[in-house]
Amino acid sequence: MLKDITFGQYFPGDSIIHRLDPRMKLILIIVYIVLLFVADGLFSLLIGAAMGIAFYALSKLPWKLVIKCIKPIMPIIIFTAVLNIFFVEGDPIFEWKFISVSGKGVLTAVLMCIRIICLIAGSSLLTYTTTPIALTDGLERLMKPLQKIKVPVHELSMMMTIALRFIPTLIDETQKIMAAQKARGADMESGNIIEKAKALIPILIPLFVSAFRRADELALAMECRCYHGGEGRTRMKQLKLTAKDFGAAIFVAGGFAAVILMNMFGPEVFRL
Amino acid sequence: MAEAIIRTENLSYVYSEGTPYEHRAVDGVSIEIEKGSFVGLIGHTGSGKSSLIQHLNGLLKPTSGKVFIGGEDLWANPKDIRRFRFKVGLVFQYPEHQLFEETVRKDIAFGPRNMGLSDEEIEARVLEAAKHTGLTEDYLEKSPFELSGGEKRRVAIAGVLAMKPEVLILDEPTAGLDPKGREFILSEIKDYHDKTGATIILVSHSMEDVARFASHVLIMNHAKAAMYGKTREVFSHVEELCEMGLEVPQISRVFAKLREKGYEVPESVLTVDEAKKAVLKLLGKGGEADA
Repeated sequence: MLKDITFGQYFPGDSIIHRLDPRMKLILIIVYIVLLFVADGLFSLLIGAAMGIAFYALSKLPWKLVIKCIKPIMPIIIFTAVLNIFFVEGDPIFEWKFISVSGKGVLTAVLMCIRIICLIAGSSLLTYTTTPIALTDGLERLMKPLQKIKVPVHELSMMMTIALRFIPTLIDETQKIMAAQKARGADMESGNIIEKAKALIPILIPLFVSAFRRADELALAMECRCYHGGEGRTRMKQLKLTAKDFGAAIFVAGGFAAVILMNMFGPEVFRL
Repeated sequence: MAEAIIRTENLSYVYSEGTPYEHRAVDGVSIEIEKGSFVGLIGHTGSGKSSLIQHLNGLLKPTSGKVFIGGEDLWANPKDIRRFRFKVGLVFQYPEHQLFEETVRKDIAFGPRNMGLSDEEIEARVLEAAKHTGLTEDYLEKSPFELSGGEKRRVAIAGVLAMKPEVLILDEPTAGLDPKGREFILSEIKDYHDKTGATIILVSHSMEDVARFASHVLIMNHAKAAMYGKTREVFSHVEELCEMGLEVPQISRVFAKLREKGYEVPESVLTVDEAKKAVLKLLGKGGEADA
């Protein structure tokens, strides 16, 4: 159950996607998402989808990871599709009593599905191929200009780093506590909703206690190593843009241009 | 040979099968543990000890192989698995981290309550378990969170003892305690063993503790059961144990060295008491050894 949570789960590897600069990856993902929404027809969106597939192929990750990250949002996808099919107005191609389905509705539903799948798969690729630490590092650097307007960028990213760092630890801890309570006969599978909620108490209380204890210990350990915030802090690993980062940027820019061209000059079928 | 209370058949367990994190934690373990024995379980961190013991009460389901408790197949009916949790009590490492109730009394009662016992029976078991672990009545109304580390651990162990398990498994119950606390916990385990005749499996890193209390020793190495036998037999394999990077009790090592030098001392000496007798005997004062 808990081990199925993939968000923020790094999947180790040594592909070109893994080695890209996290800043570049972050920017490119944002550009990619914009691209998905700029695409206004089936053909331009397929260019976007093809780019997503190319990224995954380059990352050399197992394909089942795509399915794994799509699965939890399946209800949203289905819900969106159904809404669009029945409620988008247009020339009806199918009518039965009060239900009418238009060609435009079906097209919108298909486009929305592709869009959502690419969106989730794309952003999951970012977390699959980037360690949480590299990710927050990249974020901190990207947000640095905000310091001018007194946004505590360093503190925010430190909090994020710590939070991300402790997700696996806490999952681990939860599993241990669950095992310990199960060993004492705790029953978490059966019963109605209220009984199930009650069964969580023996897990949540020890979990909170240990989270606070850890926070205390961590704060102490940081102070022992003279941590005093971001001022004057240097980094051991400097982020550096290299040729492959610019290559990736050119690739995404090319894709973006292709989508715009397809929007402008592509065939006039399957458009919104 | 007495009846085997625990039997495993070619038990294997693989974590995260099919991912880069795949890891074989238990590999083809077949052991039989006699009813009423006191087994010391030894092995490096990551040798599969913790995974193995979680199979014995059905917390982990074997990837392949079988587990029998008292002759019954543990996974014959997966819906019925909770029954075995009461039969095989498992005390995890740092069990004090599992405390959650408002009072010590309620926390100890958690297990018995899950068993569906009557209130009187629960109360009786709580008192008995508290007595076993040296917790006096005035502890029972305290919050477990205001106790000291050693006291918390006693409460947590009492929580498992209150289920009156036929098999009691403890994963390093003395880790992080001071010598006095260690001694206390170990003697209370011994006490439970002697009084109830329960089978005990004690996971430990201390060869001395194992040598003192255990009748049998199981050595885990690289996910396999490397050795299983009477304590004395196992600890006489000084060289093999050292090759695995494990130690034998210090006193056994001293005596192995003495034998190497040609002194006529017994092959396996486990405790300081035995050592004293052996040395006195060697010096020709055997008769006074018991004095």
